[in-house]
Amino acid sequence: MEPLVEIKGLKKYFRTPRGPLHAVDDVSMRFEAGKTMGVVGESGCGKSTLGRTIIHLQEPTGGKIFYEGEDVTRVTPKKLVELRQKMQIIFQDPYASLNPRMTVEETIKEPLALSGRYQRSEIDAQITKIMDLVGIARRMRMSYPHEMDGGRRQRVGVGRALAMEPKFIVCDEPVSALDVSIQAQVLNLLMDLQDELGMSYMFVTHDMSVVRHISHDISVMYLGQLVETSESEELFLHTYHPYTKALLSAIPSTDIHNQKNRIMLKGEISSPVNPKPGCRFAPRCLYATEKCLEPQTLVEVAPKHYVSCCRVYELNEDLKRGQDGAEQ
Amino acid sequence: MKDNQFLSVEDLVVEYTSNDQVIHAVNRVSFRLDKGQTLGLVGETGAGKTTIAKSIIGILPDPPAKVRGGRILLEGEDLLQLDDRHMQKIRGKKISMVFQDPMTALNPNMKVGHQIQEVVELHENVSRKEAEEHAKRMLEMVGIPRDRFYEYPHQFSGGMKQRVIIAMALACKPDLLLADEPTTALDVTIQAQVLELIKNLKVEQQTSMILITHDLGVVAGLCDYVGVVYAGEIIEYGTLEDIFDHPTHPYTIGLFGALPSMGKRVKRLSPIHGLPPDPSKLPEGCSFSPRCPRATEACKKAPVEMRNLGGTHECRCILADKPGDR
Repeated sequence: MEPLVEIKGLKKYFRTPRGPLHAVDDVSMRFEAGKTMGVVGESGCGKSTLGRTIIHLQEPTGGKIFYEGEDVTRVTPKKLVELRQKMQIIFQDPYASLNPRMTVEETIKEPLALSGRYQRSEIDAQITKIMDLVGIARRMRMSYPHEMDGGRRQRVGVGRALAMEPKFIVCDEPVSALDVSIQAQVLNLLMDLQDELGMSYMFVTHDMSVVRHISHDISVMYLGQLVETSESEELFLHTYHPYTKALLSAIPSTDIHNQKNRIMLKGEISSPVNPKPGCRFAPRCLYATEKCLEPQTLVEVAPKHYVSCCRVYELNEDLKRGQDGAEQ
Repeated sequence: MKDNQFLSVEDLVVEYTSNDQVIHAVNRVSFRLDKGQTLGLVGETGAGKTTIAKSIIGILPDPPAKVRGGRILLEGEDLLQLDDRHMQKIRGKKISMVFQDPMTALNPNMKVGHQIQEVVELHENVSRKEAEEHAKRMLEMVGIPRDRFYEYPHQFSGGMKQRVIIAMALACKPDLLLADEPTTALDVTIQAQVLELIKNLKVEQQTSMILITHDLGVVAGLCDYVGVVYAGEIIEYGTLEDIFDHPTHPYTIGLFGALPSMGKRVKRLSPIHGLPPDPSKLPEGCSFSPRCPRATEACKKAPVEMRNLGGTHECRCILADKPGDR
């Protein structure tokens, strides 16, 4: 199946006084219609930058972006307006991403009016439709952001993103600022909307249990690079990259009778400025060797399951058998 | 209740006054804590968890906050009756607190080592040299090389700053540590490091701890007892097993249901409907009744008292009569 959005070798560097900061370095991904790609990693791994670069909030440094097979890496301003209607974003902090001086109605109306897609007479009905869709009571129509709680504000954020009926939405930590009971409401809403409208989500988060709940596929990033990507269920059954293993084991479990053994990582994430060519996780990795100082490539270790680790076959017994089996 | 109880909070009531409104932040909260044990206080934003901790260590901003009633007994002594001078001796020495945000809890103009040294000099009868040496040992204990003593907070990452704060809080071997969301601002792999550190220190120094968090996973890994806080009240209290194996209050059950689980995968999460009540207009009856799927007329009439469900398990719900009844 042809992906809705595809990126190939996407790079985004930022200039700093100490040299280029490799925020996103050579990342390739496919986003299919009606599916959710979860992108996980810790702060500073480039997951948000990746999302912003895909929807052209930032110009990529290198690589290609395709929308429905068409190369949209460099676009004219006119084309960008068109593209923005198809690709939208929901931000993390609903407190900061809504204009405090605009009511719910004005916030949703703005993109509708600007697009020129609707007659003035149709806009009112369209606003009502969107408010119903994202579950904001009609009486809230004239409310300002400060009059609403976090969950409702995020519903407005979702409503604004949906106004132009986009096909691809970057959800950048959309529930991280919300309490658990409210978080569940917004997650359910996003999943219902996808079932109904068939959008493709890129769901950026640091919360592994949230990503497992919502995603069909998952990509794990570390310091601007992809370290492991696979279908969601497969990733949780068979985790191969040492970083993914540590990340999963670090999540506090609510199962009090089976507290798992945590893999303790040494140290902290290193600097993305002028990174060395080898595996970027190596300084913290428990299994790092000389070989890890060389550049790594993504290897398909199982169907649709890619891992960027030169020792992946050595370190995972079950994979070794698979490889031997293939050779015989 | 035993007289030699280490910490006992009885019927604590705290109100905030803003303009003409009275915010009922903490409403008759009672709990006990033994030496070397950890109590987890869980609940959502605005439930009153932090206010409880600040009352214990005596740093509530007054005004607008006022303790309206109750007692906080530390080894039999009522902290609420002590004057400022006495409280200053206890703060940092007997009781210390770790705050949520490591980015703002340190003085940016002061070398981190000196910030730890300051606490030691204030409370212990030691020379400057000895205090400095002690501060360096504390840094090492939390896994920071001692030669970073002379660096400023901006030279540290978030996880390391939080370690410095923990080192500072533990410098005088407090009997009671209040940890307010100590790992919420940190990444998971760093969170794991800090939690492991706290766990080890708890064992080594026999520190009693109150851990405030909204993360049930963190509670599961660290606590002996759990109090679930809702609208300024403890609505369920018990051992870790009581709460995690037999959650009884509809709110506690709701919290577990709203959590995406790593273990079993569900198609839909079950959010708790509605919002916590406005703390200036609390409902007359059970504070959870407006959101409760099981609420009856009786729930809405009168405040609900804590009921014992056997052993240490208590629950503030009139429908919870039998132990383990759900």
